[in-house]
Amino acid sequence: MIIRITNLSKKFNDFTAVDDISFSVEKGSIFAFLGPNGAGKTTTIKILTTLLRPSSGKISLDGCDPVKNAKRARRSFGIVFQDPSLDDELTAFENMELHGVLYGIPKKILGENIRELLEFVELWGRHKEQVKNFSGGMKRRLEIARGLLHHPRILFLDEPTLGLDPQTRYHIWSYIKNMNQKEQTTVFFTTHNLDEAERMAEKIAIIDEGKIITQGSPQQLKEATKMGSLEEAFIKLTGHHIREQSPSHSDKMRRQHQLLKH
Amino acid sequence: MGSLCHPLLFLVALGFGMGDIYERAGEGDYIIFLSPGIIAMTTVFSSIFTGVDVIWDRKFGFLKETLVAPVSRLKIMLGRTLGGATTAMIQALIVLGITIPLGFEFNWLMLPFGLLFMLLIAILFTALGTTIGSVIKDLQAFHLIMNFVVMPMFFLSGALFPVNGSSDIFRYILHFNPLAYGVDGVRGSLTGDFYFNMPLNLTVLVILTSIILFIGSCIFSRIEA
Repeated sequence: MIIRITNLSKKFNDFTAVDDISFSVEKGSIFAFLGPNGAGKTTTIKILTTLLRPSSGKISLDGCDPVKNAKRARRSFGIVFQDPSLDDELTAFENMELHGVLYGIPKKILGENIRELLEFVELWGRHKEQVKNFSGGMKRRLEIARGLLHHPRILFLDEPTLGLDPQTRYHIWSYIKNMNQKEQTTVFFTTHNLDEAERMAEKIAIIDEGKIITQGSPQQLKEATKMGSLEEAFIKLTGHHIREQSPSHSDKMRRQHQLLKH
Repeated sequence: MGSLCHPLLFLVALGFGMGDIYERAGEGDYIIFLSPGIIAMTTVFSSIFTGVDVIWDRKFGFLKETLVAPVSRLKIMLGRTLGGATTAMIQALIVLGITIPLGFEFNWLMLPFGLLFMLLIAILFTALGTTIGSVIKDLQAFHLIMNFVVMPMFFLSGALFPVNGSSDIFRYILHFNPLAYGVDGVRGSLTGDFYFNMPLNLTVLVILTSIILFIGSCIFSRIEA
């Protein structure tokens, strides 16, 4: 198992975002981590990628504990965040180049790798343009290309295809699937697009209100719930009610930033 | 360029508004007195803004990308501090350039010392801003820090009015204000008008910068996004 989580919890004061969850991910597999808004998906990814410290529990990531040996753990994964993390003042090429430098990719191959990925996401024609001039979809494509640049052993994708059209989604998933098969890259992703999860994932875990409510292959989940599609199974497992989610810290910051700007 | 408006407003409004009164009081040319203070002000505000920008950047900016990279956070903190300090220095140099046609005369031979003090102020306050930005998670708290820490520090630094002849309380407070040593360093180097002296200013700023960089690095290494 390349990822093993045991009794993981994360509390923010009185609020328990992740509540005693355990699951594991096989090396070279594609794993979907699903759940309604505010279920604890992003918090879990942040803990796995060393951006948050867990309140309790154990994690093993590619054989090491990211809490105790964060630097080694960071070498093993790549991540595409849910929120933007590009430097808007830099060009597409410079953003990729900086990522390559941070991950110690040799200069000899860096330029060629960047070109290959930018051509793949159809941004090579605009690689000299500042990212601030890009549309939301273009930025997303660039973030995905950047996440793939250092060929990580584990690839975390937090809502990777959010805001992308079906053509681009298909294109990107084909590349990820190909990389997964050729290089045995483990893919751990979250999505609200359940068709995508059903089509791509070999194993799925569903989290709701911080707890894992079920896990298994898409087929197993459908059989267990006696539903014809993963979406129906998901709704049966998590309920029909829309989550009344208070604004997240990120939402509040976006608002404050807008107020500061004006 | 927007960030240069504030210091220029101070320079023009105070420099020309108060210049006559200052001169009639027998204190000399106010532009010569005020310019180093405004240069220090530019450096401080630019530095602290860059530092506090960590709050936003770690959530929605490139910093998040660096926090998950296999690079030591100490290096990220130092790189960020030096980057912020460079921006602050460039802005301060632009303001210095603007003060010259407005009547600021200084000793060009002492300019390297003036630049050294500007650099120390820039590093100290970028590191301080980064440290504060690593602790607080709320952009609103930033306003509180600006209003209750940075602004009083600036007004009580001797940047805008001479310390000699001011009240005993003000002069007492001045000794505990790190910016006062920076302002005095810049002014003293460029105009020869020291309130403290160069070795003391240098010692205080170097020690404080080292302490803040050390504390900041420890706090930054535990930053969460």
